[in-house]
Amino acid sequence: MKESTLSVLVEDKAGVLARVSSLLARRGFNIHSLAVGPTSEPHLSRMTIVVEAPELEQVKKQLNKLVNVVKITELDQVQTVEQEVMLIRVASGGGKRTEILELAQIFDATPVDVSPSSIMFSITGPPRKVNDFLDLVRPHGIVELVKSGRVALARDAKNRRAKAV
Amino acid sequence: MTMTGAQVLIKALEFEGVDVVFGVPGGAILPAYDPIHDSPIRHVLARHEQGAGHMAQGYAWATGRVGVCIATSGPGATNLVTPLADCLMDSVPMVAITGQVATTAIGNDAFQEAYTTGITMAATKHNYLVTDVADIANTVHEAFHIAATGRPGPVLIDVPKDVLNAEVEWADPVSLEMPGYKPTTDPHPRRLKEAVRRIEAAERPVLYVGGGIIKAEAAEALTAFAEVSNVPVVTTLMGRGAIPDSHPLTLGMSGMHGTYTATTAIQKSDLLIAVGVRFDDRVTGDPEYFAPGAEVIHADIDPAEIGKVRAAEIPIVGDARKVLEGFLAAWDDRGTPDRTDWIETIRRWQRDKPLAYDQTPDGPIKPQYVIEEIHRLTKGDAILVAGVGQHQMWASQFWKFEEPRRWLNSGGLGTMGFAVPAAVGAKAGMPDELVFAVDGDGCFQMTFQELITASVENIPVKIAVFNNGVHGMVRQWQRLFYDERFSGSELGTSDIDYVKLAEAMGCAGLRAATADEVAPAIEKALAVDDRPVVIEFVVDPDEMVWPMVPAGGSNDIVLTGPEDL
Ligand SMILES: Cc1ncc(C[n+]2csc(CCOP(=O)(O)OP(=O)(O)O)c2C)c(N)n1
Ligand SMILES: [Mg+2]
Repeated sequence: MKESTLSVLVEDKAGVLARVSSLLARRGFNIHSLAVGPTSEPHLSRMTIVVEAPELEQVKKQLNKLVNVVKITELDQVQTVEQEVMLIRVASGGGKRTEILELAQIFDATPVDVSPSSIMFSITGPPRKVNDFLDLVRPHGIVELVKSGRVALARDAKNRRAKAV
Repeated sequence: MTMTGAQVLIKALEFEGVDVVFGVPGGAILPAYDPIHDSPIRHVLARHEQGAGHMAQGYAWATGRVGVCIATSGPGATNLVTPLADCLMDSVPMVAITGQVATTAIGNDAFQEAYTTGITMAATKHNYLVTDVADIANTVHEAFHIAATGRPGPVLIDVPKDVLNAEVEWADPVSLEMPGYKPTTDPHPRRLKEAVRRIEAAERPVLYVGGGIIKAEAAEALTAFAEVSNVPVVTTLMGRGAIPDSHPLTLGMSGMHGTYTATTAIQKSDLLIAVGVRFDDRVTGDPEYFAPGAEVIHADIDPAEIGKVRAAEIPIVGDARKVLEGFLAAWDDRGTPDRTDWIETIRRWQRDKPLAYDQTPDGPIKPQYVIEEIHRLTKGDAILVAGVGQHQMWASQFWKFEEPRRWLNSGGLGTMGFAVPAAVGAKAGMPDELVFAVDGDGCFQMTFQELITASVENIPVKIAVFNNGVHGMVRQWQRLFYDERFSGSELGTSDIDYVKLAEAMGCAGLRAATADEVAPAIEKALAVDDRPVVIEFVVDPDEMVWPMVPAGGSNDIVLTGPEDL
């Protein structure tokens, strides 16, 4: 099913995350990832929600009915900057360390913890890049990993127009 | 002046113009009960919080104002879940106030603690946990605003006991900034013009209208527009009374138990003008086969309803009254279209497939006959309340509704037990009106204890109990779809003495077991005005609700009686 990214500006009130996630669950929309954090406005938070839903219009309309939801923007892949952080611990025993570190360098993944048998990397970037790195290190053996969930913002409107020309 | 949070709460209710609240006290909400004692607000002590909730709901439906109910924490709050969900489904404005354990105890499984805001999150339009005494008055103000505006609905305010006991200066509530709550009420003028153009040009248009008309006080505008555009009107269950049944353009209710004509008119129409409706499955049957040849104009205050079930060629977000008045204004000097062919076709259906039943003088009482007799003897001048089941469908079919806000039932949630408490709430709000409930015996046995409330509080409602001894609607499905295996649908109470039961609760009790006893029993009931009255009608357990479109079926196939099976 198609994935869509919604940028949802919400009032920073108790329970607002529960309201959003419970609504999506109740209406049968699948949450792929959900990241939430403060914005530059003190009373507002931004949620970046990646959903799988056949009817995105319905998702947006239902979310809009929540009193604490202020604004919803649907972000299309092209006009959006999307970033994700992944921490991943890769098995590095058996003389594979150099090979793994070379791979990491190509991807700008930073080693943040090293032990005799494994290395933990931090990698930031568009989901595509993060996933590619993941695929490449997978054969070496993944001990543990965590992803932040996607955060995204629309590109500047002016640039958008310039691009279209 | 320094006041406690509890005093602020009650004063805030007074500030909103509340005249009656329905509730049950308890530990966590006790501080709020103390100032109620001195308040001009009437407190009606329900016997169960579900009753209190449905009373507030009945009050809201009948008066058009926000209904208020109060309960304590834990079990008090959980008992409110059904009426909250009911109000959410049927868009009824209600404010529920619940006590909560002290903020210091929240999360510790304290005595009578329940996660009320969590439990009711999906059963309310919005809810609050107030943690600062300084927020109480504004929260109440905001809650009333949210409950009553846009698409109306229930709002719950959970107040911990220590917040109720804390002290604060009273300040008149101010309208708070709600950046995420701005309902669109004004329809787009271009859409209205476009809609009117299509309505004029349509050959077989139908107005399909529902509860939104009643909430928006749009009944007059609806009738006026139907007349000028010469478009027949089909109502949903919740929309009964939106246009007088005596009006020649009225086709009645459509859908699962709608009239053949109403259901078929929608199926054959080329333009559906849907206003204040949500294409509920009881109306549409299988949506794939619903009104296959129709373009759709869909106007609703809730944008999420538009396109949810059926795509609309012309979507209009707005208040139903403003939409219909906008249609009228945009209609301008178009004149009234000649739709003779369409109306003639409809008249033929009406002649060929009327609602019917057969009351023989010596046979068992037919429930439809009771409804027609109540209507005749009250001249239809009553607020009619129904439970959920066969009796509800017969009430909506055989009563003649002439005005809005005089038909109360649980449509979307279908809550058995709604009728008695909703009738009590309606009567509390409209004491000069005759409030008559038609209840099934199964439903009655769920909430009849609220008749004790009615007699103690001197709220003289009339309750007609249809004693068929069974969960009739369940039994009807078992007869049709489960080979007549009547599993779990026999109440075993055909012989219960409803007269004694009524009298034990301080009500008058009456009984009619044969057709010729029906009218005298109703007349006697109407003569009682100092107590609630229960009239037991012993009705035919084998009577079926017709027409019927089996659940999920196509509305092209309307079964009008056993011969159609
Ligand atoms: C609270 C609740 N429980 C169960 C049902 C399912 N249900 C729908 S109608 C019905 C039977 C209603 O029986 P009764 O009140 O006697 O009305 P009748 O159909 O006999 O007129 C039942 C059990 C329901 N709607 N609500
Ligand atoms: Mg029954």
